Amino acid sequence: MTQLISLLTSAIVFGTVILYGAVGEIITEKSGNLNLGVPGIMFLGGIAGLAAAFFYELHAAEPIGFVGLIVSFIAAVAASALGGLIYAFLTISLRANQNVTGLTLTIFGAGLANLFGGSLNALAGGVGQISVATTSRAYRAYIPSLAGLGRVGQLFFSFGFMAYLAIVLALAANWFLNRSRVGLNLRAVGEDPATADAAGINVTRYKYLATCVGAGISGLGGLYYAMDYIKGTWSTDGTIEALGWLAVALVIFATWKPARAIWSAYLFGVLYWAYNYITGLSRASIELFKMLPYVVTIIVLVAVSMRRSRESQPPKSLGLSYFREER
Amino acid sequence: MAEDFAVRMVDITKTFGHVTANNKVYLELKKGEILSLLGENGSGKTTLMNMLSGIYFPDSGQIYVDGKEVVIASPHDAYALGIGMVHQHFKLVDVLTAAENIELGLPGGPVVDRKAVAAKVRQICERYGFDVDPDKKVYDMSVSEKQTLEIVKTLYRGANILILDEPTAVLTPQETEKLFAVMRNMRDDGKSIIIITHKLNEVLAISDRVTILRKGEYIGDMETAKADARSLTDMMVGRTVTLNIRRDTPIDPQRRLEIRNLTVKDAEGVTRLDSVSLDVYAGEILGVAGISGCGQKELLEAIAGLQGTVSGSSVKYRPTGPEGPAEELIGQTPRSIAEKGVRLAFVPEDRLGMGLVAGMTLVGNMMLKEYRSGKSPLVERRHPHDMAQKIVRELDVVTPSIDTPVRKLSGGNVQKVLVGREIAMEPTVLMSAYAVRGLDINTSYTIYRLLNEQKRRGVAVIYVGEDLDVLLQLCDRIAVLCGGRLNAIVDGRTATKEEVGYLMTYLKKDREAGA
Repeated sequence: MTQLISLLTSAIVFGTVILYGAVGEIITEKSGNLNLGVPGIMFLGGIAGLAAAFFYELHAAEPIGFVGLIVSFIAAVAASALGGLIYAFLTISLRANQNVTGLTLTIFGAGLANLFGGSLNALAGGVGQISVATTSRAYRAYIPSLAGLGRVGQLFFSFGFMAYLAIVLALAANWFLNRSRVGLNLRAVGEDPATADAAGINVTRYKYLATCVGAGISGLGGLYYAMDYIKGTWSTDGTIEALGWLAVALVIFATWKPARAIWSAYLFGVLYWAYNYITGLSRASIELFKMLPYVVTIIVLVAVSMRRSRESQPPKSLGLSYFREER
Repeated sequence: MAEDFAVRMVDITKTFGHVTANNKVYLELKKGEILSLLGENGSGKTTLMNMLSGIYFPDSGQIYVDGKEVVIASPHDAYALGIGMVHQHFKLVDVLTAAENIELGLPGGPVVDRKAVAAKVRQICERYGFDVDPDKKVYDMSVSEKQTLEIVKTLYRGANILILDEPTAVLTPQETEKLFAVMRNMRDDGKSIIIITHKLNEVLAISDRVTILRKGEYIGDMETAKADARSLTDMMVGRTVTLNIRRDTPIDPQRRLEIRNLTVKDAEGVTRLDSVSLDVYAGEILGVAGISGCGQKELLEAIAGLQGTVSGSSVKYRPTGPEGPAEELIGQTPRSIAEKGVRLAFVPEDRLGMGLVAGMTLVGNMMLKEYRSGKSPLVERRHPHDMAQKIVRELDVVTPSIDTPVRKLSGGNVQKVLVGREIAMEPTVLMSAYAVRGLDINTSYTIYRLLNEQKRRGVAVIYVGEDLDVLLQLCDRIAVLCGGRLNAIVDGRTATKEEVGYLMTYLKKDREAGA
């Protein structure tokens, strides 16, 4: 039982990272933009938040955790939205190929983040590993009285606020896409931009906004990873990139539905960490187990294609540029 | 009195590059009437209406709505004036419901009140006799339901002037009747309606008045009660123009293709080609006339093995005449047809999409036809190279070199390359669709000459065309399609332009009964 609780807790932490990535990417893709730069954007969000917290803690005489949290949160959202803006400008205004642009953004984000991450480590001196302990503690703060409620407390109340924010954001995105007027218009843009245009919707504005907002949300995944998952440090091992791709896979697994992405993200976490709780695995079979989230995504993709359910398909004009003259 | 007109369009001119789509066109729509806008393909009907609905902007001319001069710069402006257009290609989002499509892009509160929308939709439906389920997803709808939804959408947005662009093209006769009933209801409620069409029986059945366009020019208008099919046809097709195209008497024509009960349905289940039976002879040019989208494309593609057919369809190929052995082409692929030794050449309508690869060079495009020949694992380049040179020399193709991508060639030169390649395979059947569309006079005559040469060599030539003067002066026989049915086969030497024009637009009564 303790083992199961422990597996579920790590799954929730893991799932939160990719849930941010996926919710942001769903909003982006609903506008018809296939942004494969999610890993790069998560890198940007992570490093921007970390750097902001680091410089705040470096310069403040007595750093306050909450201020560090606010500063790093804003920096992360701004940096990743900026990444989205680069993508939006290239694909919407310059009509560059979306796949190429996205992949380039991933490489760019990873390179930039590791460059700064390395520099920060050097700046930090000492053991060559930065640490924003105060801010990270603020991110990981939970209500002790609730978390102390035995197993229930451990399972539901032992996480930092961002784990809950992810769920709130996913539910809000779900409501936004399915209920609100702007969400309805956004879906029309991603499905059939010419029709949306004829109905008087500003296609370009919708695409830009959805891509930037989506990227801002995706970037929070990187922030959560840096601040909570690895507790306010930086490592250049490329885990963010692997998580970023899992977020892209999660979008498909959740069939473009943010609410579905919530439990799917935790399921991915369980599948990913399962190897830790199965005894007698060799190193080779551990790697096989880590593959599971991708395998189930492929299975879902095959199943969805075979069922041909119209509700589970990607937005119809996903990956295509729109120009009005081609009416 | 000018105030009686819902719309007046005066001296409207619109050009696209060198092409004049509308030249000083005049149109008036009275309040509470149904006006037919009649004309052949390319006569500028849709262009004119697109200017009224804000999709295009006129080069010159004035538009008056309710007696006041207006400027319509976008669909939004048109809606503000109460003008709504239902396009031939529906503007609907598949995965959304009817109500969501109707509400799309409209101003309003942050949350869409689906119940209020549905209630208003039901109210419109009851008033005019529509049948729309607000909660039904568009992907679950038939073509007719989608069209109804489009009309309801324009009414929901407050349109008083409705434009319907060839609304019956996708409907069954029963659905057409239903549409006409609703149109009459809307007229009686004070709405003004323009229906774009080229079907004379519909003009006569539904409209109060008719305005006729021909080649972008305003020809005239008249009250439908005073018109009949003959007089409308004459106004639509105009006088005969002499072109001096050479036409030899066919030498010993032998039956080469036997087309029997050829029926094609599209993905929506709509019949595009309806049990067409037809013989094609070697050594003659068979013209195919018809309003666009009446089954010409399906006919050629079914013969070429590119189009699925309904069972019972048959196309028999007889290389040595009616008594010789026959090969069934239906059910085969282009490759298997070629492997059986049937030399079928096809010059499709979409030259750079289906005919040639735009990004590849002349030589590369020659290779497409014969990359499978030869035993070497590497492609053989010499023969295609020689072939490209020969075509450039003999057909005067203007190109910097044979290693230039065809995309960089002008339309006429692209067509010469395509026709040249198809002829170089020494075909026994040559099919062409709109072979001279967009070409200048000289290139057009080159194409006519090439087709005549093939005819002399004993090739069975099928020429799908749109210019009736050309069809009547080039072809030996002309098959006239109307709404996917073979309406008649006429002799190219004796038929008149009016006769063919009439057959294109008016399905013979005895055939209609079977519909």
